[in-house]
Amino acid sequence: MSTWAIIGLFEAVLAILIAPLFIGWIDQCRAWLQNRRGAGMLQPYRTIRKLLHKDAVIAHGASSLFRVSPYVQFGAMAMAAAIIPVFSVRAPLGVAADTIALVGVFALARVFIALAAMDIGTAFGSLGARREMLVGFLAEPALLMVFLTASMISQSTLLPTIADVLGQIHFTIFPSLAFAGIAFVMVLLAENARIPIDNPTTHLELTMIHEAMVLEYSARHLALIEWSSALKLFNYATIGIALFLPWGLAGRTGGALELALALPIAALKLVILGAALALVETLSAKLRIFRAPEFLATAFLLAVLGLLVHLLLGS
Amino acid sequence: MALTPLSLVLGVAIAWLAIGAAGLLRPHDIRFAGRALFGLGAVAALLLLAAGIWSLGQPVQAWVLPLGLPDLPLHVRLDPLASFFLALIGATAAGISVYSAGYFRAGEGALPGLLCLQYHVFLASMTMVVLADDAYTFMVAWETMALASYFLVTTQHRVPEIRKAGFLYLLLAHVGAIGILLCFGVLQGGSWQFTFDAMRAATLPPTWASIAFGLALFGFGAKAGLVPLHVWLPEAHPAAPSPVSALMSGVMLKTAIYGIVRVSFDLLHTPLWWWGAVALALGAFTAVFGAVFAAVQTDMKRLLAYSSIENIGVIVTGLGLAMLFRGLKMNALAALSLSAALYHCINHAQFKSLLFLCTGSVLHATGQRNLGKLGGLIHRMPWVAWLALVGTLAMAGLPPLNGFVSEWLLLQAYLFTPGLPHTIVNMLVPLGAAAFALTVALSAYVMVKFYGVIFLGRAREAILTQAHDAGWLERIGLAWLALGCVALGMAPVAVLDALDTINRSLIGTGIGAQTQNWWLLTPVDAQRASYSPLVFAAGMAIAIAITYLVVRRLYHGRVRRSDPWDCGFPAQTPRMQDTAEGFGQPIRHVFGPFFRIERELPTPFDKEPRYALRLGDRWWDWLYLPIARSVQETARVVGYLQQGRIALYLFYSFATLLTLLAFAL
Amino acid sequence: MNPALPLSTQLIHLGAAVLLLTSFAMLSQRRIVSLVNLFTVQGVALSVSTAIVAYTSGQHHLYYSAVLSVALKVLLLPWILHRLIARLNVRWDSEPLINIPTTMLFGIVLVVFAFGLAQPISQMSTTIARSTLGIALAVVMLSFLMMITRRKAISQVIGFLAMENGLFFAATSATYGMPMVVELGVALDVLIGMVILGVFFFQIREQFDSLDLQHLEQLRED
Repeated sequence: MSTWAIIGLFEAVLAILIAPLFIGWIDQCRAWLQNRRGAGMLQPYRTIRKLLHKDAVIAHGASSLFRVSPYVQFGAMAMAAAIIPVFSVRAPLGVAADTIALVGVFALARVFIALAAMDIGTAFGSLGARREMLVGFLAEPALLMVFLTASMISQSTLLPTIADVLGQIHFTIFPSLAFAGIAFVMVLLAENARIPIDNPTTHLELTMIHEAMVLEYSARHLALIEWSSALKLFNYATIGIALFLPWGLAGRTGGALELALALPIAALKLVILGAALALVETLSAKLRIFRAPEFLATAFLLAVLGLLVHLLLGS
Repeated sequence: MALTPLSLVLGVAIAWLAIGAAGLLRPHDIRFAGRALFGLGAVAALLLLAAGIWSLGQPVQAWVLPLGLPDLPLHVRLDPLASFFLALIGATAAGISVYSAGYFRAGEGALPGLLCLQYHVFLASMTMVVLADDAYTFMVAWETMALASYFLVTTQHRVPEIRKAGFLYLLLAHVGAIGILLCFGVLQGGSWQFTFDAMRAATLPPTWASIAFGLALFGFGAKAGLVPLHVWLPEAHPAAPSPVSALMSGVMLKTAIYGIVRVSFDLLHTPLWWWGAVALALGAFTAVFGAVFAAVQTDMKRLLAYSSIENIGVIVTGLGLAMLFRGLKMNALAALSLSAALYHCINHAQFKSLLFLCTGSVLHATGQRNLGKLGGLIHRMPWVAWLALVGTLAMAGLPPLNGFVSEWLLLQAYLFTPGLPHTIVNMLVPLGAAAFALTVALSAYVMVKFYGVIFLGRAREAILTQAHDAGWLERIGLAWLALGCVALGMAPVAVLDALDTINRSLIGTGIGAQTQNWWLLTPVDAQRASYSPLVFAAGMAIAIAITYLVVRRLYHGRVRRSDPWDCGFPAQTPRMQDTAEGFGQPIRHVFGPFFRIERELPTPFDKEPRYALRLGDRWWDWLYLPIARSVQETARVVGYLQQGRIALYLFYSFATLLTLLAFAL
Repeated sequence: MNPALPLSTQLIHLGAAVLLLTSFAMLSQRRIVSLVNLFTVQGVALSVSTAIVAYTSGQHHLYYSAVLSVALKVLLLPWILHRLIARLNVRWDSEPLINIPTTMLFGIVLVVFAFGLAQPISQMSTTIARSTLGIALAVVMLSFLMMITRRKAISQVIGFLAMENGLFFAATSATYGMPMVVELGVALDVLIGMVILGVFFFQIREQFDSLDLQHLEQLRED
């Protein structure tokens, strides 16, 4: 295997391993902003380890679809991590799947977890499934439109190529990307169940969206789901960096030095992004569930607007 | 005679007619008419599939059959477009026929022999529609198709709703047929020869060509289910027995698409660009409409019917893009869009038929069509449930199955649009892309609702615990279709190569998909876009396998069973799960203006409180009821002529005679 | 790939994008205070892009326009509006006439229409910012839509002011600004209009105890 393929594989594995740390960092920032001490940045790892040791308790009516879903979700997020460039544009599977396939991967994960939620047959599971599909059916087109805008500017739908092209351009302001960026942040908040769409730390079932779907999971299944949620947020963050802040990614023709520099640059960007996310979460309040479609419709229409502005201005 | 593809196809058609007639020999015998004959029909369908694939690489063949009226013989022609649709018919009908062999049981509705006759005549007529090379053959085959399907729809004719649905279907089929007939009338362009060759040779001025296109869109659109001529679909498809619904939804709607492609790309040579814009707008609206309505249905077959409307909208969108590009002389992109549309045709045929057949099994096992009375069937019917999962994932457009590939290709076609010379169209096409993205997301919603409410959760009625799984013949049929979904998803390069022959014959150029790798799909340029379903599926499988092994190796696999979380409510019944109305409520809330909502709310004083919700289609009030009322009014006014007095009738004859004599002067 | 545009054109494009973004965001806001803040942001974007056009094209009278914009649209008018809101005690708009996602959908259609309309016109102009004429037209139409679909009087006023912003931007981008006389006249009109409208609001509230304009319908002859 060539060196680049190994580096690419390392990139994907690194993404999978670091994702809980990213969530830990965001939680720590939120704690600091709320004047608390916080549980430490390694807390998600401790949670996952604790869960893996437990016995899985499954409801009587659960079918094998319920037990398979966490693995499918984790596999899908791992696939996405292999497609998205984290610190170099040579993502290992970047050729096999482009941004549209990426949207499809996220949809696959969402459908499986929604079906697993409906499998138990209680009111909460189907509540969560219904709400998650509501958020998803508006967020997915918005994400697709954001990707289409970026694809039109860089003339390609392959994410590594988009990142490469956008990173090579000398500093240029793209108004359409500004629209797309705002829409992307809104979709990120919605899809990863952050405030203002969903509160990841709530324990009131009637206010849950994502948590209601995983109410019945325990032990290793729950560990995998927590890890995939962390990985999903990490994937979205790296997509955002690749599209909107692509400078510093090791390019196609880069050598070892560029690669060595790309790692700390990527880490810095992620740190800043995590802090910014924590700030947004602390400053906003959670929306009522039926304001969520308005929020997402705004994101969708902003993304469409970005596309139209690109067509008008040529930038 | 030599074995050419055309003779094989004609042989299959004749075989189907013979099988149908043979059903009349012993009409009550279910083993003969049901198992044996349908099985033979399935074998014939496989032969048709083989013939279709074989003829894709062959030159065009045409024949004049020694049948028909003197001076109006039947012309048939086998060109790449026809071979593709024949392959589609064969592949889908094979699965459905095998399923039907196990499905039709004694004592239900019509005689098995009669069903056999109607079913196989239906199949044979669809083959003839695709093969027809002159207007006469086409119309004869089209009408036979309509009639055969009418009889199939009204199999259980003792139920009044089914009779009404059948009537509506027949009415709209004939309204469409008038449109098609008029279209052929315009197409002959003065030569008064109704063969397709004559129509190809005739050159029409743009106005007449546009009129022909409009009539074709109207006529074929009525059969395909384009808004506003879609109202028969949600009534007729649920009324028919499930294999017939599958055949209608999966195959018959595609013959209408075949008609549109044939008229606009072949008989009219080059479509004008603005026809494409019209088709794009109509298709986009139909797609969103179908998806929104599917999300709020409570009957599982109506849900699938509306979902068919949505997919037809998507296909017509692809055709619209192809016409747009072709009209602006961007041939490579036209080829891409046309391939995407045709690919979606065969994908939809496979997964929609699979889903309709699964609902057939559910109906057989439980007797329920209402989503509010199903649930938890994955435990009792594992084969049906897991095969339905394949169909569900395919229809939701999820990688690596087939639904995703055609949607991916269509989105790639949308991405090329900034190069269009007309500004307004340049801006409207991204809106079309946005509508398409919305449709895809909604179809995922619809499919989660469909699968979740029927197969997952707990049984909402006690009778469901007696449900039985499908028989072995049915399983084979379902498995064949599911295999088709997977194969079409994993081998897109092969399918696109096959579709390129159609592109080359209709448009002149193909996509020229770089095929140095058989496993990587790069429709235009490797830098631009690529997708490899095999690598994707392999990657996911490896990731899942590694995760499972690592978790089990390092930790344990112990499982305990217990009650689900009930939040302190002790009496959780299965009826507390989401109903179909409940799952569709967010869509109803967001898309309120689309529906006509009638609600019955309980009051605090009711002894037995009832909540009822009826969602109607506004097109009835806007279009159909006004037309029906005006027809009745006109009939009433004309009815004044009939007074019942002999002297008056004699006076009518006398007055006519006087008028004619006055004209002769 | 587009060749890189000069920095000034890019900044003007950015200003135009901010203008469009704020007018679109105004359609989706419910809180009246946010509407005023968005209007202030619009004023800033407008003044900055006017100053840039003045710098690159050498039309010095545009500097005066920019200063006037800052004084009026960023400082004076928002202050008046904030005081009005505080004295009238209105914080929230009632539900708009058609729900917010549908309003935004109409907004998108209007934007497409405006863009398509502006293309041939902007070919005829010779200024450096001519491609932003479509955006200016879109801002005018979106503000008009906002005026139509709102119930409280004060949101309609803000829509009217946003429309004036759009017209001003169109003038700067298409023709390097209006003659100074016209501009001063328009500015004075807007200021007087605000004062008079302020007086009217108090009268309306006195009469109906609310600023919901549906109550004005009671005034017709029956």
